[in-house]
Amino acid sequence: MRTRLFRLAVPAVAAALLVSACGSSTKSSSSTTTGAPSTTASTAGAMTGTLSVFAAASLTSAFNNAKTTLTAAHPGLNLTYNFAGSNTLATQIQQSAPADVFASADTKNMQTLVSAGLVETPVTFARNKLQIAVAAGNPKKITGLADLAKPGVTVVLEAQGVPAGDYTRQVLAGKKITVTPKSLETDVKSALAKVTSGEADATVVYATDVAAGGSKIQGVTVPDADQPQITYPIAVVKATRNHAAAQAFVDSAVSGDVQKALIAAGFAPPQ
Amino acid sequence: MRNRFPAGLAPAVLAVGALAIVVLPLIGLIQRAPWSTLGRDLRAHDASTALRLSVVTSLGALAVSVLFGVPLAWVLARRVFPGRALVRALVTLPMVLPPVVGGIALLYAFGRDGFAGRILYDLTGWRFVFNTSGAILAETFVAMPFLIVTAESAFRSMDRRAEEAAATLGARPAYRFRRVTLPAVAPALAAGGALTWARALGEFGATITFAGNFSGTTQTTPLLVYLDIESGNEATALALSLVLLGVSLVVLVGLRDRWIGKV
Amino acid sequence: MTLAAAIGLTLGNLDLDLELDVDGTAVVAVVGPNGAGKTTLLRALAGLLRIDRGRVAINGTVVEDPAARVRLPPEGRDVGIVFQEHRLFGHLSALENVAFGLRASGTPKAEARAKAMEWLEQVGLPDVARLRATQLSGGQAQRVALARALATEPAVLLLDEPLAAVDAAARAELRHLLRSELRRCPGARLIVTHDPVEAAALADRLVVLEDGQITQEGPLVEVTARPRSQWVASMVGLNLLCGVAENFRVQLPNGAVITVADECKGETFAAIRPNAVSLQRHRPDGSPRNVWPGEAGDLHVAGDRARIRVDGPVPLIAEVTPAAVAELHLAEGGPIWAAVKATDIETYPC
Repeated sequence: MRTRLFRLAVPAVAAALLVSACGSSTKSSSSTTTGAPSTTASTAGAMTGTLSVFAAASLTSAFNNAKTTLTAAHPGLNLTYNFAGSNTLATQIQQSAPADVFASADTKNMQTLVSAGLVETPVTFARNKLQIAVAAGNPKKITGLADLAKPGVTVVLEAQGVPAGDYTRQVLAGKKITVTPKSLETDVKSALAKVTSGEADATVVYATDVAAGGSKIQGVTVPDADQPQITYPIAVVKATRNHAAAQAFVDSAVSGDVQKALIAAGFAPPQ
Repeated sequence: MRNRFPAGLAPAVLAVGALAIVVLPLIGLIQRAPWSTLGRDLRAHDASTALRLSVVTSLGALAVSVLFGVPLAWVLARRVFPGRALVRALVTLPMVLPPVVGGIALLYAFGRDGFAGRILYDLTGWRFVFNTSGAILAETFVAMPFLIVTAESAFRSMDRRAEEAAATLGARPAYRFRRVTLPAVAPALAAGGALTWARALGEFGATITFAGNFSGTTQTTPLLVYLDIESGNEATALALSLVLLGVSLVVLVGLRDRWIGKV
Repeated sequence: MTLAAAIGLTLGNLDLDLELDVDGTAVVAVVGPNGAGKTTLLRALAGLLRIDRGRVAINGTVVEDPAARVRLPPEGRDVGIVFQEHRLFGHLSALENVAFGLRASGTPKAEARAKAMEWLEQVGLPDVARLRATQLSGGQAQRVALARALATEPAVLLLDEPLAAVDAAARAELRHLLRSELRRCPGARLIVTHDPVEAAALADRLVVLEDGQITQEGPLVEVTARPRSQWVASMVGLNLLCGVAENFRVQLPNGAVITVADECKGETFAAIRPNAVSLQRHRPDGSPRNVWPGEAGDLHVAGDRARIRVDGPVPLIAEVTPAAVAELHLAEGGPIWAAVKATDIETYPC
C-alpha cells in the first residue's frame, strides 16, 4: 500500500516541479517589462533575456552578422532567429507561434498581421532591390529581364505569396515579359540553391541575396527604372513576453547595430 | 476486485494515451475542415490539377516499383550471393532516410549536373528535375522499399513444393514464375502494392527538393497543401488534406491484416 | 521406356549408393524403413536433387552425369511425379491442373483442356473439372494429381507414397485405380512405399533400400517369400533367423540350434511363418524337433488372430487364436515353450 502511494507521488512531484520551472522563466522576463516606447539610448540596456525574431529569408546573412555584434554588446541577450518566406512567418504568427519581433520582406504580409491586430505599428527599416541571379560565369549570357523569356533558359521563381516572387511577377507583368518558370520555390534560399546546383539557369532574388550568395552566384542588374518599391517593415509582436528587448531590437534595426549590419550586407537605409 | 483494479488501470490509461496521440490530430483536421465548400475547394484549378497529378505520379511510382522491385525481391529471396545482406539493407534505407535527404541525394545523382543525370542529359537531353518524371522518381525512391520488403517476404514464405511440382510437369522457370509463383504471392503483392502506392501519394520532402514545384508538372497534392497552409489558404489545404486522409484510411483499413498479420 | 540409374549422393546423415534399372515391363516398388533414402532417391531421379557421383539415363539419353558436367533440370527430363501431398495448384481448377503440363510444353489451350478432360474421366472424376483444387477431398485431389502426372505421358513415372496421406476410406478405391493406371502406363514406373499391402497390390518387382543401400531386389513373390533382411521379414510378417548350417542343422550365433528339413551348408537364412509356431506352457512331446523355451512378451490381438513375441534363445513371433491366448493366459506373460516343425522352415543361402 505504501509503495503504491510512493510510486504515484514521485511522478506527481516531478510534474509539479516541471510546471513551476516553466512558470519561473516567465516571471524573470516579466520583471523587465515596461509599457512605454523608449529611445535607443535608454532601451540599449533593455536588450536582455530571450528574444525570438521572425525574419524574411533575405535578411538571413545581415541579421546573423548583427547577432554577433549584439550578443557581444549585450551578454544577457539570448537571441534566436526564425528565417523563412514572409508569408510563412505571417501565417505562423497568426497561429500564435512565439515571436517577439516580425521583420517582413514586404508590406503585404505585415499588413495582414496589422489588420489582425497582432503587431504594433510597423516601421520601415530597410530597402532592397531586385537582381537576377545566375551561375558564376553567366553561361547562358543573361543580360536582362527580357533574356529570362528566351527559350532554353531554365528559370525558377518564388511561389505566390513570397515577396521576392510577387515583386518579380509585378515587374515582369509591367514590362509585358512572359516568363514560364520551371518551379516556384518556397523561399529565396531554395531558389538560389537551384541555380547554384546547376538545375536552373537563373532566378530573380534581392541584390542582398546575390551578395551573400558566394562565389557560385553572379548578379545581373535590373535597372533602377524597373525596380519596384521594396520596403522592409519591422514590428513588435503584441503577444511578446519581452517587450523591452523587442522594442530595442526594432530600434536597432532602424538606426543601430542591426541597421549597420544591413547596410554592410547591401541593403539601402529606410530613408 | 480491489487487487485487480490498479494493475489493470495503468496499461489502459497508457493505451488511451497512445490512441490520443494518433486520433486527436485527425479530429483536429476533421473539425476544422470546410465541409460546406469541400466540393468547390477541390474543383478549384490548382487543387484539381494537384489531385490529378498526384494520381498520375503515384501510380507511375507504383508501376516502376513493381517493374524493378519484384525481380529484385525475387533475387533477394531465392539467390544467395556475396553481399546479399548489404543489398537488403541498402534497399530498405530509403524507408528510414529523411525524405529531404533523399531529395538531395537524388539531385546529386540525377540532377542535370549529377553524375548519372549528366550522362542522361548529354546523350538524350532528358531531365528529371522540373519534370513529372522527377516527381515519379522521387516518389519511387521513397516508396519502392515497401514493395520490395513485402514481396521478398512473400517469396520466402510461399510453399515451394508447388514450384517443384510445376518443374516436374515440364514448366520452365519463366512459365513457373508466371503461372505458379506469382499467383501464390499475388495477395501479398497486392497489399504491399497498396502500401507502396499510399506512401508514394503522400511523399513531400523528396519531391519538393528534387523535382521542384510547378502546378500541373510537379506540384503534387502534398506540395500544394504545404504551400496553401504557408500562404494562409487554409480552406484548400484542409480540403486536400481530407482527401489524402480518406484515401489513407481506406488503404489501411482494407489491407491492415495483410501486412500486420492475420488477427 | 527405360530408366538406368547409378546414384551416389550424400545428404546429411544419408549416403545413397545404388544402381537401379527400370523398364516398361515391371512396376518396381522401392521399400524400406524411414530414413533409408527412398524419397531422396526419387527426388534425385526427378532432378530435384543433385547427385554427387553416377549417371542417370532416361531412354538412353543421359540426363545427369556429374563427371561429364551434364545435368538436365526437372523440366528438361521426361519424368512425372505423383507426390505424397498432392501438390495441386490451389488457384487453378482441377481441369487446369491436369492440363498444366500439356500447356507448359506448348499445347494450345483448347487441346490441352480436352485431353485433360479425358484423363479426368479416366480417373473417374469428370464432375470436379471446374472445382478449385482447394475444394477437393484428399482422395479426389490425389486422383487429380495422378491424372496430372499421367497427362504428360512421361517416360518415367515416379510415385512417392501416393496413398500415405489419403484417409483409410478412400485408400482402397485409390489403390484400385492406381493398379489399373499403372498397368496401362507404358513408361518405366517406380513407386515408393512403406506399406506392404500397397507394394503387394501394385508392384511386380521389389527393391529394398536400407540405409542408402539396396539390400535385396527381385520379383515381388520371391522377395516376400525369401526375405534377406530383418526389415523385409517384418514387413511381410515372417520370422527370419540367420546362422551357420551343417547338414540339417542351423546353428545360431548364440548357440541355439534349429533343425531343418532341407540339406544346407554355410551361411543360411531360416524363415518361419508365425502361424507355424505353436505354443505350450509345458515342454511338448511329439514329432517337432524344434522346441525352445522362452518368455512370452508383447501381445497384439487383431480380429481373429493374435501375435505374440517370444523372447529367448530363438526369438520368434507366433500367431495363435484368441482362444489359445485365453487358454494359455498369454496376456500374463511368463515362461512359454515354442515348437516348430522342421518341415515348416524355409531355408536359403545368405
